[in-house]
Amino acid sequence: MFRQFAAALTLIGGTLAGPAQAQEKDILNVSYDIARELYAAINPAFLEQRGADAAPLTINQSHAGSSKQARAILQGLQADLVTFNQVLDVEILAENGFVASDWQQQFPNNASPYYSLPAFMVREGNPKDIDGWDDLAREGVSVIFPNPKTSGNGRYTYLAAWAWAMDEFGGDEAKVRDYMTKMLNNVEVFDTGGRGATTTFTERGIGDVLVTFEAEALNIAGQTEGYETVVPAQSLLAEFPVAIVEKVASQRGTEEIARDYLNFLYSTKGQEILASFNNRVHDEAVVKANADRFPEVELFKVEDVFGSWEQAQETHFASGGVLDELQRQ
Amino acid sequence: MSARPLLIAIAILFALVVIVMPVAVIFARAFAEGFGVWLAAVSEPETRSAIMLTIVTALIVVPINIVFGLCAAWAIARFRFPGRRVLLVLIELPFAISPIVAGLCFLLVYGAYGPVGGALQPYGIQLMFNLAGIVLVSLFVTCPFVVREVLPVLSVAGEDEERAALTLGASGWQMFRFVTFPNITWPLVYGAILATARAIGEFGAVSVVSGAIRGQTMTLPLQIELLYNDYNTTGAFAAATVLAFLALITLVLRGLIALVHPVRGAAT
Repeated sequence: MFRQFAAALTLIGGTLAGPAQAQEKDILNVSYDIARELYAAINPAFLEQRGADAAPLTINQSHAGSSKQARAILQGLQADLVTFNQVLDVEILAENGFVASDWQQQFPNNASPYYSLPAFMVREGNPKDIDGWDDLAREGVSVIFPNPKTSGNGRYTYLAAWAWAMDEFGGDEAKVRDYMTKMLNNVEVFDTGGRGATTTFTERGIGDVLVTFEAEALNIAGQTEGYETVVPAQSLLAEFPVAIVEKVASQRGTEEIARDYLNFLYSTKGQEILASFNNRVHDEAVVKANADRFPEVELFKVEDVFGSWEQAQETHFASGGVLDELQRQ
Repeated sequence: MSARPLLIAIAILFALVVIVMPVAVIFARAFAEGFGVWLAAVSEPETRSAIMLTIVTALIVVPINIVFGLCAAWAIARFRFPGRRVLLVLIELPFAISPIVAGLCFLLVYGAYGPVGGALQPYGIQLMFNLAGIVLVSLFVTCPFVVREVLPVLSVAGEDEERAALTLGASGWQMFRFVTFPNITWPLVYGAILATARAIGEFGAVSVVSGAIRGQTMTLPLQIELLYNDYNTTGAFAAATVLAFLALITLVLRGLIALVHPVRGAAT
């Protein structure tokens, strides 16, 4: 028996050392949790675009909640680049010297190759006639979105509603708070994450309207029968920021490849793939080709309405912040 | 008298609701679209790699646990030394600590900027976000099992037989091989099986240190969560059946031990 253990231990030694990677390069794209299939489509297209003559390259993917990912990078996860769905999570990397402080200037459109916005998913035929943010506060409308305290998706919804109300009521904060209170009171279930909220709405059949990213709503409406996507006339810009993790990439000599990779997201081919996953993009030709899927919408920006993400976080979502006050009423 | 049927009914109902139904649903959902779809989902490269990683992790963790568990149990049962009680408590600590806390502790100590991880970094040694990290936290969460099973038997067996063997001229190794080991064989195997089950199923601690790199550091439980969150329900449930199947193997092994070794079986 012990001889077998010894044999097993020898085998372990070999495994721990790991199979030596060949000379080819590899990069690690650390991304948010629901982008798995998106980058499974992007990566082969990027490799193809590099051509057969380019040095062999392996693109590794890591997916989890983007705040968790940022934390892992701070603890040593060897990310060459990040593709996140929260600006704050890249900011944290910048504050700690992992990402250049001017990261938003390094790539076009605030380093956000694609974007989305909070939109509505309603049951087929839209029986409650929901087409704008004001309908969410109406009596008898049951609303589902994830808890803004725990979910980035929920934060976007909350801030979008607030931004719409500020615009609608001409900045009269008392009216805005009144609207927000009614809207929050209509929320039937506060799930902790986007996936949970979707399950509540689709599988448990609770609620008249699910507020989530347009990309998500289109995705579900495309997969399952019985739902419709409603895009309100106004919403909030949800950026999907990308950045090179210079601290890691410069050590590993992968900066150039990482830059090429992120630039590919802005190329026509890259934008086509992004749009095919229901994201809104900037490339004019691709926008034109997908015009019927993405109705025109006026977008507020967090920076314009709330100053910055940090300020929005502090004012609204911190303990004792506006969200807590509204929910106490 | 009337307590008897009531207790039996409660036990069976409880087992049905809490154990049988959820497991049955996993299999039902996984095979809902037919065996072919299941097979395709399970043999998808990333899921296959997750299965392999989970098995490799268990193959590394369990033997180390057996060696450590034997040493620790032996030391605690046979020797009196300062810190013996502390060691006894320490070994049980992983049962008391939530796995996610354990994972965070490892990350802070062995991560690239922790005291140990930071010291190793200049040499290009990385302990977190790879197999080494997964193995380390799995060792942590599984370390009590072998000791807990072996220690009581060693204590009860006492030293008399071992002393007799030594008096009769046996070497230390012969004494262990022919006197001590036969006593603790089954507890040892049983502890190893429990450790295997835990190593295979561990989620929280591994989730913190894995880095979640597809096809490389995703263990089966992590892969299941990822697929589920990705709206890939069939894939998630298919992967879950593999995990359930691995658990079932350990369960069958345990049943076999009960057959071969009735006393032990009756005790558990």
